[in-house]
Amino acid sequence: MTELTMPATLAAEPLFGLPLSDLWFGLVFFIFGMFLFLDGFDFGVGALFALRDDADEREQLLSAIGPFWDGNEVWLVVFGGTLFAAFPAVYANLFSRYYLLMFAILGALIVRGLAPEMYEQRHDEAWQRWWGRAFVVGSLTAPFFLGMFTANWLLGATTIVTLPGVVVGLAVVALTVVDGVAFLRVKTRGDLRADLQTDGYRALGAYLGLIVLTLGYVYAGVPALRSSLFSVPVAALVLATLVLAVVYAVATKEDRYYVAFGAAAGLVFALVGIVAGLMYPAIDRAGGLTVETAIVSTLPLNLMSIGAAILLPLVFVYFGVLYSAFSGPIEAGESY
Amino acid sequence: MIDPVTGSRLQFALTTIVHIIFPVMSMGLAPFLIYFTWKDIRTGKAIYEQLRRFWTRIFAVSFVVGTVTGLVLEFEFGTNFAAFSTTAGELFGGPLALEGMMAFMLEATFLGIFVFGRERVGNVLYMISAVAVGLGTWLSAVWILIANSWMQTPRGYELATENGQTIVQLVDPVAAYANPRFPWMFVHMQNAAVESVALFMAGLGAYFVFRHYVWGYPVENVRFWETTLKFGLVALLITAPLQVIHGDLYAQHVFQTQPQKFAAMEAVWETDSYVPEYIVAFPTSLEDLLNPRAKNIFGIGIPGGASWLASHGDPQATIRGLEEFPGPQPPVAIVFWAFRIMVALGFWFILLAVWGGYRWWTGDLLEDDLLHKALMASTPLGILAVELGWIVTEVGRQPWVIQDVLRTSDGVSPGLTAAEATATLAGFAVVYLGLLVLYTYVIVRIIRAGPPDVDGASRQESPETPTSEAGTDD
Ligand code: HDD
Ligand code: HEM
Ligand code: HEM
Repeated sequence: MTELTMPATLAAEPLFGLPLSDLWFGLVFFIFGMFLFLDGFDFGVGALFALRDDADEREQLLSAIGPFWDGNEVWLVVFGGTLFAAFPAVYANLFSRYYLLMFAILGALIVRGLAPEMYEQRHDEAWQRWWGRAFVVGSLTAPFFLGMFTANWLLGATTIVTLPGVVVGLAVVALTVVDGVAFLRVKTRGDLRADLQTDGYRALGAYLGLIVLTLGYVYAGVPALRSSLFSVPVAALVLATLVLAVVYAVATKEDRYYVAFGAAAGLVFALVGIVAGLMYPAIDRAGGLTVETAIVSTLPLNLMSIGAAILLPLVFVYFGVLYSAFSGPIEAGESY
Repeated sequence: MIDPVTGSRLQFALTTIVHIIFPVMSMGLAPFLIYFTWKDIRTGKAIYEQLRRFWTRIFAVSFVVGTVTGLVLEFEFGTNFAAFSTTAGELFGGPLALEGMMAFMLEATFLGIFVFGRERVGNVLYMISAVAVGLGTWLSAVWILIANSWMQTPRGYELATENGQTIVQLVDPVAAYANPRFPWMFVHMQNAAVESVALFMAGLGAYFVFRHYVWGYPVENVRFWETTLKFGLVALLITAPLQVIHGDLYAQHVFQTQPQKFAAMEAVWETDSYVPEYIVAFPTSLEDLLNPRAKNIFGIGIPGGASWLASHGDPQATIRGLEEFPGPQPPVAIVFWAFRIMVALGFWFILLAVWGGYRWWTGDLLEDDLLHKALMASTPLGILAVELGWIVTEVGRQPWVIQDVLRTSDGVSPGLTAAEATATLAGFAVVYLGLLVLYTYVIVRIIRAGPPDVDGASRQESPETPTSEAGTDD
């Protein structure tokens, strides 16, 4: 009996009458934010790698992200999976519309993923020089293309290369450097840590400039989104970005490393929140889909919600265990 | 220019065929690593520390390449098969999302501890990490195979219209996800992964044993390689017979649920009873070479064999021929040969296992150079058999991407252009070739470097016959 009634009730209405389609819209963006924050500092470390040419320091940078980056990247897999599960048509439309851009992202991630592994395999100079470069290129292009993808998605672009896409791409690169600096200042000591301070300020300045440009473009060039720009959540997040930038700058100056790292996380989530806030209630502007029309039917949605409610807290436990096992600085000469 | 449908199919084929190598390595290694870690912690014997550390390095590299190639697949459903994703997303997206949250997260986080954290965490957490990593690899197979098995034997759905498109709507999750194909696929796949790694270990161990005892070269850590060979043989003795036994039952299940695929596996065109199982088949005339339906063939067949396989035991059983199914047929030759070679390899692995086991029992394991050569030559053959099995499964399902529900040609992204499809296919051909070369290069370097030096492990041994107590027991 229960076998028959269980799916029937699950198919009838959303669990506990919750607004599940909106919650899943939020969840998909939250997962994207987790990816951009966590893998973001890996990308930032890759960018900063270009600025250090001391072999020891380079080893330290790689050791800092060694145990983490793989887990961090899984958030992108989960982003793709949850988008597919909750809004299949959006997943299909976006990924096929920006076909070449998606493969550019994949190419960049392949290079970024392989490079550190390869770098450690041999210790001669030419080998390490080339894999070091590959690491830098992958770490710069991946966030750039991801930023382009985000802008195109938000604005409903029908071509791949657009001016706002490029600007947002650069903004995301700058943001990952901000994030990477904050992470490395927690993980390293000595000269390296001191030097990074200036890199952090520069990246932060660039990020703010590019964000102002982007928002200005949305205001002037995209009338359809202008009113959302002044909606309470979006305006609050823009304001939060300014506050967090100040917190980041002050905390960096005063060597309050964890506060700066928290502010960097806040900046990432504020950006993702702004994008989600501007987009809502649409979810695929170019395809004419809103959250309400694109959501899967009630039965799979309820099942997925149960799954996510059980599994996501566990995922945070795993990350807690991992990050506490490797908490604190990497010591000189330590390569895990 | 390649048309978008062909291009997408070739690209998906290429990218999965490359991807599966790495999951096979990691899923197959998982039980060994759990065992080595357990023994290392419990006994503190040097050999187990060496085994654990050496095979963890192989695992870590395989995992990284598995991750980057897997990410490509996750994207490709959307980029190249957008119509399929829109149609089937309701059923198909869920397992992929759960795979990410349940399996990949577990595996990727604990792998950080397992690879980098031996000095940082205590024994208990380290052991937990080994189990979590292994469990993660196996759980990812659960979810991806739930998705794939549903494409073979779709259940628990209804067709509905949404936003003007026909979609597959989930109505009965139990029927859909616990579909009849899944248990077969899971058992056959996981056993195949362990068997493939067993062959890999045995072949590698045999190489160094051969160099040392047959050629008389000094080999560092020869005891380590002997033990590796023995672990490989034990695992092969267990998995090889099982693989053939459930493979045989699996074939019957395919006959019942996908008769068109079974007909392609056996190249049966006209419905018939007492159908022979051809071991080889060649056209006897030149013009028939290009004719897939040639009647004049020279074949060596077991009379009634295919009927026997389909019905499990009745050589008179009737098999429905391909002609009975309207519309396009799967490319019969590919399916026919891929199936045959997989089955032949299955029997070959049993022979190897028995041969090696017998030599071990008679005490000549370290001297039988022919056995060593056979094992060395078979190092990659497990993975080859897995590839062939998947080709049977996927190519044999054509023209359907979801059996009897959606044609592959209707599943491809509507907006995709020939130029785009050609560009990415060419790109993958180059990048994945490079990836395979790099992976092989790194694995060979790890093997050359050998196991790490560990206090208490004998490094150098003189070429003499040791006693065979360095076995799997302790
Ligand atoms: C070590 C590898 C290996 C070996 C020795 C065998 N197989 Fe296999 N086979 C696979 C590895 C594999 C696989 C893991 O590649 C497949 C692909 C899909 C699956 O579930 O397992 C497969 C698929 C597969 C299928 C197609 C199922 C489908 O269409 O869904 C059949 C009928 C068999 N196998 C039967 C056999 C038989 C009768 C064997 C030996 C006598 C055999 N397999 C040996
Ligand atoms: C890893 C082992 C696998 C291998 C080697 C493999 C191989 C292939 C091949 C050769 C094709 C092309 C068939 C053709 O067009 O003639 C194909 C297609 C496809 N496979 Fe797989 N496959 C594997 C696993 C999977 C799994 C686990 C899924 C789903 C979860 C899947 C989904 C698909 C889809 C959607 C297509 C494209 C449509 C089609 O051509 O049928 N495959 N695969
Ligand atoms: C029989 C077929 C398959 C099996 C058994 C399998 C299994 C695995 C395993 C065990 C991993 C972990 C990485 C590793 O250990 O190498 C992995 C990685 C991955 N696979 Fe597959 N896979 C298959 C086919 C596919 C297909 C068709 C997809 C497409 C959705 C896919 C998507 C992924 C993704 C996204 C990753 C990366 C996960 C990460 O970041 O950790 N796999 N696969």
